[in-house]
Amino acid sequence: MKLPIYLDYSATCPVDPRVASKMAEQLTMEGNFGNPASRSHLYGWKAEEAVEEARRQVAELVNADPREIVWTSGATESDNLAIKGAAHFYQGRGKHIITSKIEHKAVLDTCRQLEREGFEVTYLNPKEDGIVYPEQVAEAMREDTILVSLMHVNNEIGVINDIAAIGELCRERKVIFHVDAAQSPGKIEIDLAEMKVDLMSFSAHKIYGPKGIGALYVRRKPRVRLEAQMHGGGHERGMRSGTLPTHQIVGMGEAFRIAKEEMADEAKRILALRDRFWSQISDMEEVHINGSAEQRVPGNLNVSFAFVEGESLIMSLKDLAISSGSACTSASLEPSYVLRALGVNDELAHSSLRFSFGRFTTEQDVDTAAKEVRKAVEKLRELSPLWDMYKDGVDLSTIEWAAH
Amino acid sequence: MAYSDKVIDHYEHPRNVGRLDDKADNVGTGMVGAPACGDVMRLQIQVDDNGIIEDAKFKTYGCGSAIASSSLLTEWVKGKSLDEAAQIKNTEIAEELALPPVKIHCSVLAEDAIKAAVKNIREKRGEEAEQAAG
Repeated sequence: MKLPIYLDYSATCPVDPRVASKMAEQLTMEGNFGNPASRSHLYGWKAEEAVEEARRQVAELVNADPREIVWTSGATESDNLAIKGAAHFYQGRGKHIITSKIEHKAVLDTCRQLEREGFEVTYLNPKEDGIVYPEQVAEAMREDTILVSLMHVNNEIGVINDIAAIGELCRERKVIFHVDAAQSPGKIEIDLAEMKVDLMSFSAHKIYGPKGIGALYVRRKPRVRLEAQMHGGGHERGMRSGTLPTHQIVGMGEAFRIAKEEMADEAKRILALRDRFWSQISDMEEVHINGSAEQRVPGNLNVSFAFVEGESLIMSLKDLAISSGSACTSASLEPSYVLRALGVNDELAHSSLRFSFGRFTTEQDVDTAAKEVRKAVEKLRELSPLWDMYKDGVDLSTIEWAAH
Repeated sequence: MAYSDKVIDHYEHPRNVGRLDDKADNVGTGMVGAPACGDVMRLQIQVDDNGIIEDAKFKTYGCGSAIASSSLLTEWVKGKSLDEAAQIKNTEIAEELALPPVKIHCSVLAEDAIKAAVKNIREKRGEEAEQAAG
């Protein structure tokens, strides 16, 4: 078993070996190294062919037209292009944007920038289960709303928004709907022929492709217009200039192809692993799942271990590669803004860990991880004055703490 | 994040974990921090008739540096007078444990904890006046 055990697939995935070998074929003199934009020779044509094949592969997983896929450097760039691009293009219609408090920073900080430019942004608070409900979006809609941007699957808690329903009500009101789908392809079904989504951000490295490549889906019917954020050679129909990185694109294409083929079986296998893990820790006292337990992708489990602080827990779990919901490593001492928005109290937010399981996770991995987690939580509770108080029947919320 | 060897040592082998009877006349308790901020320390000292700290125990909810700071503190205060203990500075703790700047607050909390414990035992012993003077 390779240590530490990797349980952080929501942060990034290893590249699938099949993807890596395809990528390696696009680099050297002997390989497909050409510039896909070169029109005057075979090297360019071959590279273009590979890029277009990958575009088809990405489009196929989400049931889109390949011409609706625009290559970017990753989901962060896709979010920027979608939100700034649409806001700038449609600002004549209005300057109101709707998003949520638990979006990725790539969306939140982009919205902040637009606020500085004079746009107005409504940040919806998800319900306790971490889901933003369609009626909340409907209520926030105004005459001057031009754009709604919501994530498909939340990166920290793995819960799934009903983007099909939200898409319907955006379309009715002719509001552009952008979805950050960095975390969902290959995990749950996406059908863009059915869903009324106008713009969707994708990333390769969350789905066993390489880092540094992503895509933005830009709907053709009805046509969605964007103002380019990157200017240059007019690549990608002028929406995103820059020489196309053939090896990255081919890697993303192959990753999406594999996902389409294997997703049904993989989702079942990963869900079984998560259940196996949870069944070994759920009998401990005061252990809580954050976010909806049902409306959630198979690979994510975000758990709070009350009376134990997340960073010290991670320190005890040095054989596990996992993420903490506590941002105590930064100077801010702020717990996760996602958990706070859910109404999770600060103490539980500080005590949370995100386990994310993936393609290369084994039963042995989760069994070892569960044992380690139990041991660490028990050890730290022995050290915790809060655990003592809980055991003595003291209600911690009644104590006046001196905040520092 | 990289922890110093001393932090790891205290974290993995915390000294003097436990609790003393906070109702006893010769036990002073300092509880500082807040769960919402991610750290709470409970430091307890037991003094002999001459006002010398003969035992110290702690429990801490917090990051590795917070646990190490309080563990180290229990080692340091044993055998000290209350005055000496109350003079321990957070900078000494931070230096001994090689805490990075973002973890300095852990040592500050430890200093607050010993001060609070000393204050508590002094109050029990009716020494408020001396403390005010000192």
